[in-house]
Amino acid sequence: MEAKGKAFAYGDNVDTDVIIPARYLNTIDPAELASHCMEDIDASFAASVRTGDFIVAGRNFGCGSSREHAPIAIKASGVACVVASSFARIFYRNAINTGLPILELAGAESFAKKGDEIRADLKTGLVENLTTGAKAQAMGFPPFMREIMGAGGLIGYVRGRLAAGARL
Amino acid sequence: MAMTMTQKILAAHAGLEKVEAGQLIEARLDLVLGNDITAPVAIREFAKIGAAGVFDKAKIALVPDHFTPNKDIKAAEQCKAMREFAHAMGIVNYFEVGEMGIEHALIPEKGLVLPGELVIGADSHTCTYGAVGAFSTGVGSTDMAAAMATGTAWFKVPKAIRFELSGSPRGWATGKDLILHIIGLIGVDGALYESMEFAGAGVAALTMDERFTIANMAIEAGAKNGIFPVDDRTRAWAAEVAKRVPAAKRPYVEFASDADASYERTISVDLSRLEPTVSFPHLPSNARAISAVGDVSLDQVVIGSCTNGRIEDLRVAASILGGRKVAKGMRCIVFPATQAIYLQALREGLVEALVEAGALVSTPTCGPCLGGHMGILAKGERALATTNRNFVGRMGSPESEVYLASPAVAAASAITGRISDPTEIIAAPSRA
Ligand code: SF4
Repeated sequence: MEAKGKAFAYGDNVDTDVIIPARYLNTIDPAELASHCMEDIDASFAASVRTGDFIVAGRNFGCGSSREHAPIAIKASGVACVVASSFARIFYRNAINTGLPILELAGAESFAKKGDEIRADLKTGLVENLTTGAKAQAMGFPPFMREIMGAGGLIGYVRGRLAAGARL
Repeated sequence: MAMTMTQKILAAHAGLEKVEAGQLIEARLDLVLGNDITAPVAIREFAKIGAAGVFDKAKIALVPDHFTPNKDIKAAEQCKAMREFAHAMGIVNYFEVGEMGIEHALIPEKGLVLPGELVIGADSHTCTYGAVGAFSTGVGSTDMAAAMATGTAWFKVPKAIRFELSGSPRGWATGKDLILHIIGLIGVDGALYESMEFAGAGVAALTMDERFTIANMAIEAGAKNGIFPVDDRTRAWAAEVAKRVPAAKRPYVEFASDADASYERTISVDLSRLEPTVSFPHLPSNARAISAVGDVSLDQVVIGSCTNGRIEDLRVAASILGGRKVAKGMRCIVFPATQAIYLQALREGLVEALVEAGALVSTPTCGPCLGGHMGILAKGERALATTNRNFVGRMGSPESEVYLASPAVAAASAITGRISDPTEIIAAPSRA
Protein backbone atom coordinates (compact mmCIF):
# COMPACT_ATOMS: atom_id res chain seq x y z
CA MET A 1 0.00 0.00 0.00
CA GLU A 2 2.00 2.91 -1.28
CA ALA A 3 0.87 6.42 -2.07
CA LYS A 4 2.63 9.19 -3.96
CA GLY A 5 1.53 12.73 -4.69
CA LYS A 6 1.83 16.42 -3.89
CA ALA A 7 1.41 17.93 -0.42
CA PHE A 8 -1.23 20.40 0.72
CA ALA A 9 0.14 21.81 3.98
CA TYR A 10 -1.90 23.18 6.90
CA GLY A 11 -1.32 24.07 10.55
CA ASP A 12 -2.79 22.95 13.89
CA ASN A 13 -6.44 22.36 14.83
CA VAL A 14 -7.88 21.98 11.32
CA ASP A 15 -11.48 21.44 12.44
CA THR A 16 -14.34 19.56 10.83
CA ASP A 17 -16.06 22.86 10.07
CA VAL A 18 -13.33 23.92 7.67
CA ILE A 19 -12.91 20.41 6.26
CA ILE A 20 -16.58 20.41 5.31
CA PRO A 21 -18.68 23.40 6.44
CA ALA A 22 -21.98 22.59 8.16
CA ARG A 23 -23.88 24.43 5.42
CA TYR A 24 -23.11 21.54 3.05
CA LEU A 25 -24.22 18.76 5.38
CA ASN A 26 -27.60 18.46 3.73
CA THR A 27 -26.08 15.90 1.38
CA ILE A 28 -24.22 12.66 1.87
CA ASP A 29 -23.06 12.49 -1.77
CA PRO A 30 -19.25 12.09 -1.58
CA ALA A 31 -18.56 13.94 -4.86
CA GLU A 32 -20.63 16.93 -3.81
CA LEU A 33 -19.00 17.00 -0.39
CA ALA A 34 -15.58 16.83 -2.07
CA SER A 35 -16.39 19.89 -4.18
CA HIS A 36 -16.53 21.94 -0.94
CA CYS A 37 -13.69 20.21 0.87
CA MET A 38 -11.36 22.59 2.78
CA GLU A 39 -13.25 25.51 1.23
CA ASP A 40 -13.07 27.81 4.27
CA ILE A 41 -9.35 27.36 4.80
CA ASP A 42 -8.11 26.89 1.21
CA ALA A 43 -10.53 27.95 -1.51
CA SER A 44 -8.35 26.50 -4.28
CA PHE A 45 -8.07 23.04 -2.73
CA ALA A 46 -11.03 21.36 -4.44
CA ALA A 47 -9.99 22.59 -7.88
CA SER A 48 -6.29 21.79 -7.58
CA VAL A 49 -6.17 18.52 -5.64
CA ARG A 50 -5.32 15.43 -7.72
CA THR A 51 -5.84 11.77 -6.99
CA GLY A 52 -2.95 10.53 -4.87
CA ASP A 53 -2.17 13.86 -3.18
CA PHE A 54 -1.48 14.32 0.54
CA ILE A 55 -2.70 16.60 3.27
CA VAL A 56 0.08 17.33 5.75
CA ALA A 57 -0.90 19.12 8.95
CA GLY A 58 -0.08 19.83 12.59
CA ARG A 59 -1.79 18.90 15.84
CA ASN A 60 -5.39 17.88 16.51
CA PHE A 61 -6.45 17.46 12.86
CA GLY A 62 -10.21 16.96 12.55
CA CYS A 63 -11.24 18.42 15.87
CA GLY A 64 -14.82 19.51 16.40
CA SER A 65 -17.94 17.58 15.54
CA SER A 66 -18.19 13.82 15.02
CA ARG A 67 -19.49 14.20 11.45
CA GLU A 68 -18.38 11.33 9.26
CA HIS A 69 -18.82 13.71 6.31
CA ALA A 70 -15.34 15.15 6.99
CA PRO A 71 -13.19 12.09 6.17
CA ILE A 72 -15.66 11.20 3.38
CA ALA A 73 -15.11 14.60 1.73
CA ILE A 74 -11.33 14.32 1.94
CA LYS A 75 -11.32 10.78 0.59
CA ALA A 76 -13.68 11.63 -2.26
CA SER A 77 -11.47 14.56 -3.25
CA GLY A 78 -8.76 12.03 -4.10
CA VAL A 79 -6.43 12.51 -1.16
CA ALA A 80 -4.40 9.32 -0.69
CA CYS A 81 -3.39 9.99 2.88
CA VAL A 82 -3.51 12.63 5.61
CA VAL A 83 -0.27 12.95 7.56
CA ALA A 84 -0.58 14.95 10.80
CA SER A 85 1.18 15.33 14.15
CA SER A 86 -2.01 14.20 15.87
CA PHE A 87 -5.67 13.61 15.08
CA ALA A 88 -8.76 14.40 17.15
CA ARG A 89 -9.98 11.11 18.53
CA ILE A 90 -13.35 10.71 16.81
CA PHE A 91 -11.97 11.95 13.46
CA TYR A 92 -9.28 9.30 13.75
CA ARG A 93 -11.88 6.54 14.14
CA ASN A 94 -14.15 7.96 11.47
CA ALA A 95 -11.26 8.24 8.98
CA ILE A 96 -10.36 4.62 9.34
CA ASN A 97 -13.97 3.46 9.34
CA THR A 98 -14.70 5.35 6.14
CA GLY A 99 -11.46 4.14 4.53
CA LEU A 100 -9.39 7.34 4.54
CA PRO A 101 -5.70 6.50 5.17
CA ILE A 102 -4.09 8.61 7.88
CA LEU A 103 -0.64 8.57 9.41
CA GLU A 104 0.40 10.11 12.67
CA LEU A 105 3.85 11.63 12.38
CA ALA A 106 5.47 13.74 15.08
CA GLY A 107 6.47 17.11 13.66
CA ALA A 108 4.45 16.60 10.48
CA GLU A 109 3.79 20.34 10.13
CA SER A 110 7.46 21.00 9.35
CA PHE A 111 7.93 17.90 7.20
CA ALA A 112 6.52 19.27 3.97
CA LYS A 113 5.57 22.52 2.27
CA LYS A 114 2.77 22.98 -0.20
CA GLY A 115 3.64 21.29 -3.47
CA ASP A 116 6.37 18.98 -2.15
CA GLU A 117 6.32 15.47 -3.60
CA ILE A 118 5.48 12.90 -0.90
CA ARG A 119 5.63 9.13 -0.88
CA ALA A 120 4.27 7.00 1.96
CA ASP A 121 4.17 3.31 2.69
CA LEU A 122 1.03 2.69 4.74
CA LYS A 123 2.23 -0.72 5.77
CA THR A 124 5.52 0.34 7.29
CA GLY A 125 4.60 3.96 8.01
CA LEU A 126 7.68 5.25 6.18
CA VAL A 127 7.04 8.75 4.82
CA GLU A 128 9.44 10.38 2.35
CA ASN A 129 9.58 13.93 1.08
CA LEU A 130 10.98 13.41 -2.42
CA THR A 131 11.46 17.15 -2.89
CA THR A 132 13.63 17.69 0.19
CA GLY A 133 14.95 14.14 0.57
CA ALA A 134 13.69 13.94 4.17
CA LYS A 135 12.50 10.60 5.53
CA ALA A 136 10.44 9.96 8.66
CA GLN A 137 8.87 7.01 10.36
CA ALA A 138 5.18 7.10 11.29
CA MET A 139 3.41 4.16 12.89
CA GLY A 140 2.33 1.69 10.20
CA PHE A 141 -1.04 -0.05 10.18
CA PRO A 142 -1.36 -3.62 11.41
CA PRO A 143 -2.85 -6.13 8.91
CA PHE A 144 -6.49 -5.82 9.94
CA MET A 145 -6.45 -2.04 9.62
CA ARG A 146 -4.90 -2.34 6.16
CA GLU A 147 -7.71 -4.73 5.31
CA ILE A 148 -10.27 -2.14 6.46
CA MET A 149 -8.61 0.43 4.20
CA GLY A 150 -8.44 -2.05 1.35
CA ALA A 151 -12.16 -2.76 1.64
CA GLY A 152 -12.96 0.95 1.43
CA GLY A 153 -13.90 1.19 5.09
CA LEU A 154 -15.31 -0.73 8.01
CA ILE A 155 -18.65 -1.65 6.44
CA GLY A 156 -17.01 -3.15 3.35
CA TYR A 157 -14.48 -4.95 5.50
CA VAL A 158 -17.10 -6.55 7.73
CA ARG A 159 -19.30 -7.44 4.75
CA GLY A 160 -16.35 -9.14 3.07
CA ARG A 161 -15.43 -11.14 6.11
CA LEU A 162 -18.99 -12.26 6.75
CA ALA A 163 -19.36 -13.30 3.11
CA ALA A 164 -16.13 -15.28 3.36
CA GLY A 165 -17.60 -17.08 6.35
CA ALA A 166 -14.83 -15.88 8.60
CA ARG A 167 -15.36 -16.29 12.31
CA LEU A 168 -15.38 -12.79 13.67
CA MET B 1 5.81 -4.68 30.71
CA ALA B 2 3.68 -2.85 33.25
CA MET B 3 0.17 -1.84 32.18
CA THR B 4 -2.58 0.48 33.39
CA MET B 5 -5.97 -1.07 34.21
CA THR B 6 -7.37 0.30 30.94
CA GLN B 7 -4.57 -1.38 29.00
CA LYS B 8 -5.18 -4.66 30.85
CA ILE B 9 -8.88 -4.66 30.00
CA LEU B 10 -8.10 -3.98 26.33
CA ALA B 11 -5.42 -6.69 26.24
CA ALA B 12 -7.75 -9.25 27.82
CA HIS B 13 -10.46 -8.50 25.27
CA ALA B 14 -8.01 -8.64 22.37
CA GLY B 15 -6.69 -12.02 23.50
CA LEU B 16 -3.24 -10.54 24.01
CA GLU B 17 -0.81 -11.03 26.84
CA LYS B 18 0.09 -7.38 26.80
CA VAL B 19 -0.49 -4.18 24.89
CA GLU B 20 1.30 -0.86 24.85
CA ALA B 21 0.20 2.71 24.31
CA GLY B 22 -0.32 3.55 20.65
CA GLN B 23 -0.86 -0.07 19.60
CA LEU B 24 -3.87 -0.78 17.38
CA ILE B 25 -5.89 -3.80 18.43
CA GLU B 26 -9.15 -5.52 17.62
CA ALA B 27 -11.11 -6.38 20.76
CA ARG B 28 -14.18 -8.37 21.74
CA LEU B 29 -17.08 -6.34 23.11
CA ASP B 30 -19.32 -7.08 26.08
CA LEU B 31 -21.94 -4.50 25.12
CA VAL B 32 -22.81 -2.27 22.15
CA LEU B 33 -25.05 0.71 22.88
CA GLY B 34 -27.07 3.11 20.77
CA ASN B 35 -29.81 5.70 21.24
CA ASP B 36 -32.65 7.19 19.22
CA ILE B 37 -30.30 9.62 17.43
CA THR B 38 -27.35 7.38 16.59
CA ALA B 39 -28.93 3.94 16.27
CA PRO B 40 -31.09 4.78 13.21
CA VAL B 41 -27.93 5.73 11.26
CA ALA B 42 -26.16 2.61 12.50
CA ILE B 43 -29.14 0.46 11.52
CA ARG B 44 -28.94 1.84 7.96
CA GLU B 45 -25.21 0.99 7.81
CA PHE B 46 -25.86 -2.40 9.40
CA ALA B 47 -28.21 -3.25 6.52
CA LYS B 48 -25.36 -2.62 4.04
CA ILE B 49 -23.24 -5.26 5.75
CA GLY B 50 -25.74 -7.97 4.88
CA ALA B 51 -25.31 -9.85 8.16
CA ALA B 52 -28.00 -12.43 8.92
CA GLY B 53 -28.39 -11.08 12.43
CA VAL B 54 -26.66 -9.35 15.30
CA PHE B 55 -23.68 -10.98 17.00
CA ASP B 56 -25.48 -11.48 20.30
CA LYS B 57 -29.07 -10.49 21.08
CA ALA B 58 -28.25 -9.97 24.75
CA LYS B 59 -25.21 -7.77 24.20
CA ILE B 60 -26.79 -4.88 22.37
CA ALA B 61 -28.70 -2.15 24.18
CA LEU B 62 -30.99 0.29 22.41
CA VAL B 63 -32.33 3.17 24.48
CA PRO B 64 -34.74 5.81 23.20
CA ASP B 65 -33.83 8.68 25.51
CA HIS B 66 -32.90 11.82 23.60
CA PHE B 67 -36.21 12.92 22.11
CA THR B 68 -38.55 10.70 24.10
CA PRO B 69 -41.41 10.63 24.90
CA ASN B 70 -41.38 11.36 21.15
CA LYS B 71 -41.20 15.12 20.86
CA ASP B 72 -42.30 15.37 17.24
CA ILE B 73 -42.98 13.32 14.12
CA LYS B 74 -39.32 13.06 13.11
CA ALA B 75 -38.38 11.80 16.57
CA ALA B 76 -41.26 9.34 16.45
CA GLU B 77 -39.98 7.96 13.12
CA GLN B 78 -36.48 7.54 14.54
CA CYS B 79 -37.78 5.68 17.57
CA LYS B 80 -40.01 3.54 15.38
CA ALA B 81 -37.05 2.49 13.21
CA MET B 82 -35.14 1.51 16.32
CA ARG B 83 -38.08 -0.33 17.88
CA GLU B 84 -38.72 -2.31 14.68
CA PHE B 85 -35.06 -3.22 14.34
CA ALA B 86 -34.93 -4.36 17.97
CA HIS B 87 -38.00 -6.49 17.38
CA ALA B 88 -36.76 -7.96 14.09
CA MET B 89 -33.37 -8.84 15.57
CA GLY B 90 -34.75 -10.13 18.85
CA ILE B 91 -32.69 -7.64 20.83
CA VAL B 92 -33.29 -8.27 24.51
CA ASN B 93 -32.21 -4.89 25.87
CA TYR B 94 -34.54 -2.49 24.14
CA PHE B 95 -36.16 -0.20 26.69
CA GLU B 96 -39.50 1.32 25.81
CA VAL B 97 -40.78 4.48 27.45
CA GLY B 98 -42.03 3.32 30.81
CA GLU B 99 -39.00 1.18 31.56
CA MET B 100 -36.32 3.40 30.11
CA GLY B 101 -34.00 6.03 31.41
CA ILE B 102 -31.11 8.10 30.15
CA GLU B 103 -28.81 5.44 28.71
CA HIS B 104 -25.74 6.10 30.86
CA ALA B 105 -27.74 5.88 34.07
CA LEU B 106 -29.82 2.96 32.80
CA ILE B 107 -27.03 0.64 31.61
CA PRO B 108 -25.33 0.26 35.03
CA GLU B 109 -28.70 0.12 36.79
CA LYS B 110 -29.81 -2.79 34.57
CA GLY B 111 -26.58 -4.66 35.30
CA LEU B 112 -25.47 -4.41 31.67
CA VAL B 113 -21.95 -3.39 32.63
CA LEU B 114 -19.73 -4.85 35.35
CA PRO B 115 -16.09 -4.30 36.34
CA GLY B 116 -13.52 -5.34 33.74
CA GLU B 117 -16.00 -5.35 30.85
CA LEU B 118 -15.60 -3.53 27.55
CA VAL B 119 -18.42 -1.37 26.22
CA ILE B 120 -18.76 0.91 23.21
CA GLY B 121 -21.66 3.19 22.54
CA ALA B 122 -22.62 5.53 19.75
CA ASP B 123 -22.81 8.37 22.24
CA SER B 124 -19.87 10.34 23.55
CA HIS B 125 -20.79 9.95 27.22
CA THR B 126 -20.46 6.17 27.05
CA CYS B 127 -17.27 6.79 29.08
CA THR B 128 -19.53 6.89 32.18
CA TYR B 129 -19.04 3.20 33.05
CA GLY B 130 -15.39 3.67 33.94
CA ALA B 131 -16.92 4.41 37.34
CA VAL B 132 -17.27 0.66 37.95
CA GLY B 133 -13.81 -0.24 36.65
CA ALA B 134 -14.95 -1.08 33.12
CA PHE B 135 -13.50 0.27 29.86
CA SER B 136 -16.13 2.19 27.92
CA THR B 137 -15.90 4.80 25.20
CA GLY B 138 -17.97 6.67 22.64
CA VAL B 139 -17.77 5.89 18.92
CA GLY B 140 -19.47 6.81 15.63
CA SER B 141 -22.51 5.17 14.03
CA THR B 142 -20.38 3.15 11.58
CA ASP B 143 -18.53 1.63 14.50
CA MET B 144 -21.82 0.73 16.12
CA ALA B 145 -23.11 -0.88 12.93
CA ALA B 146 -20.03 -3.06 12.49
CA ALA B 147 -19.99 -3.92 16.18
CA MET B 148 -23.60 -5.10 16.08
CA ALA B 149 -22.63 -7.51 13.31
CA THR B 150 -19.31 -8.73 14.65
CA GLY B 151 -19.15 -8.10 18.39
CA THR B 152 -15.72 -6.56 17.90
CA ALA B 153 -14.21 -3.12 17.44
CA TRP B 154 -10.74 -1.75 16.86
CA PHE B 155 -8.99 0.47 19.39
CA LYS B 156 -5.82 2.41 19.72
CA VAL B 157 -4.42 1.64 23.17
CA PRO B 158 -4.34 4.91 25.13
CA LYS B 159 -1.72 6.42 27.38
CA ALA B 160 -2.96 7.59 30.73
CA ILE B 161 -2.99 10.55 33.06
CA ARG B 162 -3.15 9.61 36.72
CA PHE B 163 -5.21 11.73 39.08
CA GLU B 164 -3.89 11.09 42.54
CA LEU B 165 -6.73 11.93 44.91
CA SER B 166 -6.28 12.50 48.62
CA GLY B 167 -8.55 13.65 51.44
CA SER B 168 -12.33 13.77 51.43
CA PRO B 169 -14.67 16.47 50.05
CA ARG B 170 -15.97 18.93 52.62
CA GLY B 171 -19.08 21.03 52.92
CA TRP B 172 -21.13 21.08 49.73
CA ALA B 173 -18.23 20.04 47.49
CA THR B 174 -18.93 16.82 45.50
CA GLY B 175 -17.60 14.65 42.70
CA LYS B 176 -19.13 17.10 40.20
CA ASP B 177 -16.99 19.88 41.61
CA LEU B 178 -13.94 17.65 41.34
CA ILE B 179 -14.44 16.93 37.64
CA LEU B 180 -15.27 20.57 36.80
CA HIS B 181 -12.13 21.59 38.70
CA ILE B 182 -10.00 19.04 36.82
CA ILE B 183 -11.34 20.06 33.40
CA GLY B 184 -10.60 23.65 34.38
CA LEU B 185 -7.02 22.61 35.15
CA ILE B 186 -6.22 20.60 32.01
CA GLY B 187 -8.60 22.07 29.43
CA VAL B 188 -11.07 20.54 26.97
CA ASP B 189 -8.30 18.69 25.11
CA GLY B 190 -6.09 18.15 28.15
CA ALA B 191 -6.52 14.39 27.97
CA LEU B 192 -6.89 13.95 24.17
CA TYR B 193 -6.63 10.21 23.20
CA GLU B 194 -5.77 9.43 26.79
CA SER B 195 -7.23 7.55 29.67
CA MET B 196 -8.03 9.53 32.82
CA GLU B 197 -7.31 7.23 35.71
CA PHE B 198 -8.47 8.16 39.19
CA ALA B 199 -6.39 6.73 42.00
CA GLY B 200 -5.14 7.33 45.51
CA ALA B 201 -6.63 7.22 49.00
CA GLY B 202 -9.21 9.88 48.09
CA VAL B 203 -11.09 7.48 45.78
CA ALA B 204 -12.59 5.68 48.79
CA ALA B 205 -14.32 8.91 49.83
CA LEU B 206 -16.26 9.13 46.56
CA THR B 207 -19.68 7.47 46.31
CA MET B 208 -20.61 5.38 43.26
CA ASP B 209 -22.96 8.12 42.08
CA GLU B 210 -20.09 10.61 42.28
CA ARG B 211 -17.83 8.26 40.33
CA PHE B 212 -20.44 7.99 37.58
CA THR B 213 -20.59 11.79 37.41
CA ILE B 214 -16.79 12.07 37.19
CA ALA B 215 -16.26 9.33 34.58
CA ASN B 216 -19.19 10.75 32.57
CA MET B 217 -17.32 14.02 32.03
CA ALA B 218 -13.95 12.51 31.03
CA ILE B 219 -14.91 13.19 27.40
CA GLU B 220 -15.17 16.91 28.22
CA ALA B 221 -11.38 16.83 28.67
CA GLY B 222 -11.03 15.01 25.33
CA ALA B 223 -10.30 11.68 27.03
CA LYS B 224 -10.97 8.29 25.53
CA ASN B 225 -12.14 6.99 28.89
CA GLY B 226 -12.17 7.78 32.58
CA ILE B 227 -11.69 4.91 34.98
CA PHE B 228 -11.80 4.11 38.71
CA PRO B 229 -10.18 1.23 40.55
CA VAL B 230 -12.48 -1.51 41.82
CA ASP B 231 -12.84 -1.23 45.60
CA ASP B 232 -15.30 -2.20 48.33
CA ARG B 233 -17.82 0.38 47.18
CA THR B 234 -17.71 -1.04 43.66
CA ARG B 235 -18.12 -4.60 44.95
CA ALA B 236 -21.07 -3.57 47.12
CA TRP B 237 -22.62 -1.86 44.10
CA ALA B 238 -22.16 -4.96 41.93
CA ALA B 239 -23.64 -7.19 44.66
CA GLU B 240 -26.67 -4.92 44.95
CA VAL B 241 -27.25 -4.99 41.17
CA ALA B 242 -26.87 -8.78 41.09
CA LYS B 243 -29.57 -9.06 43.75
CA ARG B 244 -32.03 -7.13 41.61
CA VAL B 245 -31.06 -8.36 38.14
CA PRO B 246 -30.51 -12.09 37.54
CA ALA B 247 -28.34 -11.51 34.45
CA ALA B 248 -25.95 -9.35 36.50
CA LYS B 249 -24.95 -12.38 38.56
CA ARG B 250 -22.31 -13.18 35.93
CA PRO B 251 -18.72 -13.32 37.17
CA TYR B 252 -16.57 -10.26 36.60
CA VAL B 253 -12.85 -9.59 36.61
CA GLU B 254 -11.16 -6.91 38.68
CA PHE B 255 -8.27 -5.33 36.83
CA ALA B 256 -5.79 -3.13 38.68
CA SER B 257 -3.01 -0.94 37.31
CA ASP B 258 0.49 -2.23 37.87
CA ALA B 259 2.40 -0.27 40.51
CA ASP B 260 5.04 0.58 37.91
CA ALA B 261 2.63 1.35 35.04
CA SER B 262 3.74 4.43 33.16
CA TYR B 263 1.70 7.63 33.09
CA GLU B 264 2.05 10.65 30.84
CA ARG B 265 1.73 12.76 33.96
CA THR B 266 0.31 12.64 37.47
CA ILE B 267 -1.92 15.37 38.83
CA SER B 268 -2.59 15.49 42.57
CA VAL B 269 -5.85 16.82 43.94
CA ASP B 270 -6.63 17.23 47.63
CA LEU B 271 -10.39 16.67 47.83
CA SER B 272 -10.66 18.47 51.16
CA ARG B 273 -9.69 21.71 49.42
CA LEU B 274 -12.37 21.55 46.73
CA GLU B 275 -15.00 24.26 46.65
CA PRO B 276 -18.33 24.08 44.84
CA THR B 277 -17.32 24.90 41.27
CA VAL B 278 -19.15 26.49 38.35
CA SER B 279 -18.19 26.29 34.65
CA PHE B 280 -18.98 29.47 32.80
CA PRO B 281 -20.15 29.63 29.16
CA HIS B 282 -19.20 28.29 26.66
CA LEU B 283 -16.74 25.62 27.68
CA PRO B 284 -16.71 23.13 30.56
CA SER B 285 -13.12 24.23 31.17
CA ASN B 286 -14.15 27.77 32.16
CA ALA B 287 -14.34 26.63 35.77
CA ARG B 288 -14.42 28.97 38.74
CA ALA B 289 -14.72 28.32 42.46
CA ILE B 290 -18.08 29.50 43.80
CA SER B 291 -16.37 32.24 45.78
CA ALA B 292 -15.18 33.76 42.50
CA VAL B 293 -18.49 33.62 40.63
CA GLY B 294 -19.87 37.07 41.40
CA ASP B 295 -23.43 38.13 40.68
CA VAL B 296 -25.00 36.02 37.91
CA SER B 297 -28.80 36.08 37.67
CA LEU B 298 -30.62 33.12 36.15
CA ASP B 299 -33.83 32.36 34.22
CA GLN B 300 -33.72 28.58 34.55
CA VAL B 301 -32.19 25.82 36.64
CA VAL B 302 -31.99 22.26 35.31
CA ILE B 303 -31.27 19.36 37.66
CA GLY B 304 -30.80 15.98 36.00
CA SER B 305 -29.08 14.28 33.00
CA CYS B 306 -26.69 11.35 32.75
CA THR B 307 -24.26 13.46 34.78
CA ASN B 308 -26.36 14.33 37.81
CA GLY B 309 -29.82 12.79 37.61
CA ARG B 310 -29.21 9.96 40.08
CA ILE B 311 -30.91 9.40 43.42
CA GLU B 312 -28.19 11.09 45.50
CA ASP B 313 -28.50 14.15 43.28
CA LEU B 314 -32.25 14.31 43.82
CA ARG B 315 -31.80 13.85 47.56
CA VAL B 316 -29.44 16.80 47.69
CA ALA B 317 -31.79 18.93 45.59
CA ALA B 318 -34.78 18.06 47.77
CA SER B 319 -32.83 18.65 50.98
CA ILE B 320 -32.16 22.22 49.89
CA LEU B 321 -35.42 23.01 48.08
CA GLY B 322 -37.69 21.17 50.54
CA GLY B 323 -39.75 23.61 52.63
CA ARG B 324 -38.47 26.51 50.54
CA LYS B 325 -39.63 28.13 47.31
CA VAL B 326 -38.18 28.50 43.86
CA ALA B 327 -37.61 32.21 43.17
CA LYS B 328 -40.43 34.09 41.46
CA GLY B 329 -39.82 34.13 37.71
CA MET B 330 -37.38 31.21 37.86
CA ARG B 331 -38.06 27.92 36.04
CA CYS B 332 -36.67 24.97 37.94
CA ILE B 333 -36.81 21.70 35.96
CA VAL B 334 -35.84 18.41 37.56
CA PHE B 335 -35.52 15.24 35.50
CA PRO B 336 -34.69 11.96 37.21
CA ALA B 337 -32.40 9.89 34.99
CA THR B 338 -34.36 6.62 35.02
CA GLN B 339 -37.79 5.29 35.90
CA ALA B 340 -36.31 3.40 38.87
CA ILE B 341 -34.74 6.61 40.19
CA TYR B 342 -38.03 8.42 39.62
CA LEU B 343 -39.91 5.77 41.58
CA GLN B 344 -37.38 5.84 44.38
CA ALA B 345 -37.65 9.62 44.56
CA LEU B 346 -41.44 9.29 44.77
CA ARG B 347 -41.19 6.76 47.58
CA GLU B 348 -38.75 8.91 49.53
CA GLY B 349 -41.00 11.94 49.21
CA LEU B 350 -38.41 13.83 47.16
CA VAL B 351 -40.78 14.48 44.28
CA GLU B 352 -43.36 15.92 46.64
CA ALA B 353 -40.79 18.18 48.28
CA LEU B 354 -39.57 19.41 44.90
CA VAL B 355 -43.05 20.03 43.47
CA GLU B 356 -44.12 21.79 46.63
CA ALA B 357 -41.10 24.06 46.31
CA GLY B 358 -42.30 25.02 42.84
CA ALA B 359 -40.01 22.83 40.73
CA LEU B 360 -41.24 20.85 37.73
CA VAL B 361 -40.40 17.13 37.80
CA SER B 362 -40.21 15.57 34.34
CA THR B 363 -40.26 11.99 33.15
CA PRO B 364 -36.76 10.63 32.38
CA THR B 365 -35.42 12.06 29.10
CA CYS B 366 -32.32 13.81 27.80
CA GLY B 367 -34.68 16.68 27.06
CA PRO B 368 -33.15 20.07 27.80
CA CYS B 369 -29.58 18.74 28.23
CA LEU B 370 -28.99 18.80 24.49
CA GLY B 371 -31.56 21.47 23.70
CA GLY B 372 -33.98 18.77 22.57
CA HIS B 373 -37.22 19.62 24.35
CA MET B 374 -38.67 20.16 27.87
CA GLY B 375 -36.91 23.41 28.71
CA ILE B 376 -35.33 25.16 25.74
CA LEU B 377 -33.75 28.59 26.27
CA ALA B 378 -34.72 31.73 24.37
CA LYS B 379 -32.25 34.30 23.08
CA GLY B 380 -30.55 36.13 25.93
CA GLU B 381 -31.65 33.64 28.60
CA ARG B 382 -29.33 32.14 31.15
CA ALA B 383 -29.49 28.72 32.79
CA LEU B 384 -27.53 26.84 35.37
CA ALA B 385 -27.57 23.08 34.81
CA THR B 386 -26.15 19.96 36.40
CA THR B 387 -25.47 18.61 32.88
CA ASN B 388 -22.06 18.20 31.22
CA ARG B 389 -21.81 20.60 28.26
CA ASN B 390 -22.26 24.33 27.97
CA PHE B 391 -21.27 24.85 24.35
CA VAL B 392 -22.85 27.66 22.35
CA GLY B 393 -26.53 26.83 21.81
CA ARG B 394 -26.40 23.59 23.80
CA MET B 395 -29.72 24.23 25.55
CA GLY B 396 -31.47 26.28 22.90
CA SER B 397 -30.78 29.66 21.32
CA PRO B 398 -27.17 30.24 20.22
CA GLU B 399 -27.51 33.49 22.16
CA SER B 400 -28.37 31.80 25.44
CA GLU B 401 -25.93 30.80 28.18
CA VAL B 402 -25.43 27.64 30.21
CA TYR B 403 -23.47 27.39 33.47
CA LEU B 404 -22.53 23.96 34.83
CA ALA B 405 -22.58 23.03 38.51
CA SER B 406 -23.57 20.43 41.11
CA PRO B 407 -27.15 19.70 42.22
CA ALA B 408 -26.48 21.54 45.49
CA VAL B 409 -25.45 24.74 43.73
CA ALA B 410 -28.35 24.31 41.30
CA ALA B 411 -30.95 23.90 44.06
CA ALA B 412 -29.62 26.88 46.02
CA SER B 413 -29.56 29.00 42.86
CA ALA B 414 -33.17 28.06 42.06
CA ILE B 415 -34.17 29.55 45.42
CA THR B 416 -32.19 32.79 45.12
CA GLY B 417 -32.53 33.32 41.37
CA ARG B 418 -28.80 33.79 40.92
CA ILE B 419 -25.78 31.48 41.10
CA SER B 420 -25.42 30.80 44.80
CA ASP B 421 -23.26 28.97 47.28
CA PRO B 422 -25.55 26.40 48.98
CA THR B 423 -24.27 27.47 52.40
CA GLU B 424 -26.24 30.70 51.86
CA ILE B 425 -29.35 28.53 52.24
CA ILE B 426 -28.32 25.75 54.56
CA ALA B 427 -25.15 24.26 56.07
CA ALA B 428 -23.88 21.09 54.45
CA PRO B 429 -24.61 17.81 56.20
CA SER B 430 -21.58 15.70 57.10
CA ARG B 431 -20.68 13.05 54.55
CA ALA B 432 -21.62 9.44 55.19
S1 SF4 C 1 -28.41 13.49 29.27
FE1 SF4 C 1 -27.35 14.89 27.90
S2 SF4 C 1 -25.22 14.26 27.84
FE2 SF4 C 1 -26.42 12.58 28.74
S3 SF4 C 1 -26.87 11.21 27.02
FE3 SF4 C 1 -28.57 12.64 27.22
S4 SF4 C 1 -28.07 14.37 25.83
FE4 SF4 C 1 -26.20 13.19 26.16
